[in-house]
Amino acid sequence: MLETIGVSSMNDLLVDIPQTLRLESLQLPAGLSEFETMAQVAALANRNQVFADRLTFRGGGVYRRFIPAAVAAVTSKPEFYTAYTPYQAEASQGTLQAIFEFQTLIAELAGLDVANASLYDGATAVAEAAMMAYVHTGRNEVLVSGYVHPEYVQVLRAFGEGRGIKVRKGGEPNKKTAAVIFQQPDFLGLLVDPRALTAAAHEVGALAIAAVDPISLAILAPPGEYDADIAVGEGQQLGLPPSFGGPHVGFIACKRELVRKLPGRLVGTAHDAAGRRGFVLALAAREQHIRREKATSNICTNHSLCALAAAVYLTYMGPYGLRQVAEVSFTRAHVLAERLAALSGWELAFPERQFLNEFPIRVPKGSAVVRKLARKGILGGLDVNRWFRELKGVLTFTCTEVNDPRAIDELLQALAS
Amino acid sequence: MTEPLSFELSRPAVDPPRLPDANVAGPSPADVLPRGALRAKPPGLPRLSEPEIMRHYSRMASLNYSISENFYPLGSCTMKYNPVVNEAAAALPGFAELHPYQDEETVQGALELMWRLEQALCAIVGVDRVTLQPAAGAHGEWTALRMIRAYQHSRGEARTEVLVPDSAHGTNPASAALSGFQVVEVKSGGDGRISLADLESKLSPRTSALMLTNPNTLGLFEREILDIAELVHSTGAMLYYDGANLNAFMGICRPGDMGFDAVHMNLHKTFTTPHGGGGPGAGPVGVKSELVPFLPAPTVERTNGRLTLDHKRPQSIGRVRSFYGNFGMLVRAYSYILAMGGDGLSQASRDAVLSANYLRKLLDGHLEMPHDGPCMHEFVASAHNLTVQDGVRALDVAKALLDREFYAPTVYFPLVVPEAIMVEPTETESKATLDAFAQAVREIVAQAKTDPQGLHQEPKRTPVGRLDEVAAARQINAYLQGQSEDPVLRWKAAAESPS
Repeated sequence: MLETIGVSSMNDLLVDIPQTLRLESLQLPAGLSEFETMAQVAALANRNQVFADRLTFRGGGVYRRFIPAAVAAVTSKPEFYTAYTPYQAEASQGTLQAIFEFQTLIAELAGLDVANASLYDGATAVAEAAMMAYVHTGRNEVLVSGYVHPEYVQVLRAFGEGRGIKVRKGGEPNKKTAAVIFQQPDFLGLLVDPRALTAAAHEVGALAIAAVDPISLAILAPPGEYDADIAVGEGQQLGLPPSFGGPHVGFIACKRELVRKLPGRLVGTAHDAAGRRGFVLALAAREQHIRREKATSNICTNHSLCALAAAVYLTYMGPYGLRQVAEVSFTRAHVLAERLAALSGWELAFPERQFLNEFPIRVPKGSAVVRKLARKGILGGLDVNRWFRELKGVLTFTCTEVNDPRAIDELLQALAS
Repeated sequence: MTEPLSFELSRPAVDPPRLPDANVAGPSPADVLPRGALRAKPPGLPRLSEPEIMRHYSRMASLNYSISENFYPLGSCTMKYNPVVNEAAAALPGFAELHPYQDEETVQGALELMWRLEQALCAIVGVDRVTLQPAAGAHGEWTALRMIRAYQHSRGEARTEVLVPDSAHGTNPASAALSGFQVVEVKSGGDGRISLADLESKLSPRTSALMLTNPNTLGLFEREILDIAELVHSTGAMLYYDGANLNAFMGICRPGDMGFDAVHMNLHKTFTTPHGGGGPGAGPVGVKSELVPFLPAPTVERTNGRLTLDHKRPQSIGRVRSFYGNFGMLVRAYSYILAMGGDGLSQASRDAVLSANYLRKLLDGHLEMPHDGPCMHEFVASAHNLTVQDGVRALDVAKALLDREFYAPTVYFPLVVPEAIMVEPTETESKATLDAFAQAVREIVAQAKTDPQGLHQEPKRTPVGRLDEVAAARQINAYLQGQSEDPVLRWKAAAESPS
């Protein structure tokens, strides 16, 4: 190859690099065989404690759920996972169609007009939605109402600072408010009144942004029904393992009049000369590679493969399977809440509030309780006092279709011992 | 060949999958929740059996080109082979089943992996610390600029401009704007490299940073990088490295030694985590010591062998993503770095440069080469000669390559080259593949003389032919303006069909 190029050594190809910059070698160990590589990586994996899914009662934005084998069977197809962003549409119809189906599935769940091809996670989805509201209204304050996931708010603050967007927590919206952001169910698992929050936002000309749990939408009124303008959320529950927090997938859906302000990729239908339907990247004029500094967002990569997982999951479940999963989680969580609240010294933190499958409970010596459970292989509730000073001694417990009734018994026995 | 949508295949007679029942007496939502809180109608999800689902997605998979089947010389994207062992590593239950809010004592292995990956990336790019939080390259760019801004603020400096070369990736100016900066463009000189004179004229006390990728998007090493760094630093501004082209010189030189203060890396390019049809990726950012206090929180710290997450970082720019980043991608990249070692990574970059120069030589004379070589890991050719003589454009060449079972190179980028065709072969392709690709390009160039019309009609062997994006855009506009009820951006049931 060097001969064809017309040089005598590899170094002749590196002549543009100043000699003073040239390295002898990298300060890294030498390479390993596949066997040794896997042994080293597995040794690290083995240093972690894995809690069985049925004995995991901790949520806080990431949940253990049943993942159909079909999901990994599809996402591990190399035709999907080793493809690039579908710039050449004719050679990327599989990816484009999967995204188009994902967009439709999310729009159907949210009851809104259009969803995009996905975002990084629930937190950045909230931040991107706030940007849309800022651009749409020309106002530079967003109001976070109630117990929105604290990490979503932290990310929102970091994004907002770059753009000069102020994040206000609590209080009433006013004429400076670009959007009211609320979470349904909220970070503690409690239901909020989305109709009232949406109406309050609209009254002052602000947008209503609902951060929603996608599985809850099988039973709860969707954002489109209560007239929210933008729905966002975290799609981890739709077929993705917890994986220490990522990769997961954010989603965003909106009303028709906001579509031009959506961040990231959008796929639409198009036809070829023979009249065959295909799929293409659409409305690219919003995006960074065309508009550069005037783009709606800097996002380039979305989370396609995770969106594919979510599409397979939702297609597998169908409307009634998804409802079954949501209802079973609801029933079991209510049984668990009742049994925990009957323990001496334990009481529901907000007994007057409704919840679905996660709830806050006030516990004597919360951290000792959690440590005790961990020793028995149970991942107990999440101590939310770490984020909210007023919630001293409050743990949130979650229960889904993977926590069978015997697992609940085991949890109660461990607490009693 | 096309595949119907899952929604079109849906049959109302299909039962839902068998799922656990509650198996315990307790309330259902309808018992407890007010009617107004409940969904009136089930969501319009498709109803398909598992065999139908598997066939549907298998057929869709067959419509894709991918690295597993095709050469993918997509310039600037580093489409190298994704080792399958990385997938096995990320799927280990000790990683995949970890909850992000487990107590630190129970996730020491995961934190150790993150710490070791950080050390390795520091060694490869020559920086002091690395944040693993950003989920993608653009996210990393933005994170780096936020840190630079916070650092300059802490020194009482109000710098408002970021300089971006005209050949830069579109994410650069977009990230700068989102970070609150004015974007100022710097021109390339005739040799394709940044013009020092133009740079000097744009630098001012307002300049916060210069964003640069090296080698630049033309695949050319910025020979004067040390002068550029000195010039930028002399005004008190910082130098940011866009890591899109890091695959060119691992083990050969390091951005940190060139004078870059912040460096982003794409684990999905250089470190073989799969692209997934457009993500998930990971875009860690490395920084020199002065920027360390501003890293996103939490950082991973290691004291006496014990690993902790440090959330108490008063000067931090805050959090840029929930939890700790795309952890599963970090496992894959770490596994790749372990397997390659320092020696393997150096060899990979050398092979990438060799492949690019070899392919460039094979195509020279058939396509225009607007800049002198040698190139680094990629090169930009131009179809300008074909356009002028035969009316054949870069897009036609790209589409004709699809019919020959090669994915197309990046076209019309960078913007500074007319009819640009940007080729990055990577180190994982054999000489035979490069020869076959060059042969295909030569055939297409020959066909441009004899049958340009035929080229305008390609591709013909792909599942669909060229799609009419102009007509699609017109339909979307009609929908967005309320003149049509066909949303184009999603499937919608025909009004009369039952839901």
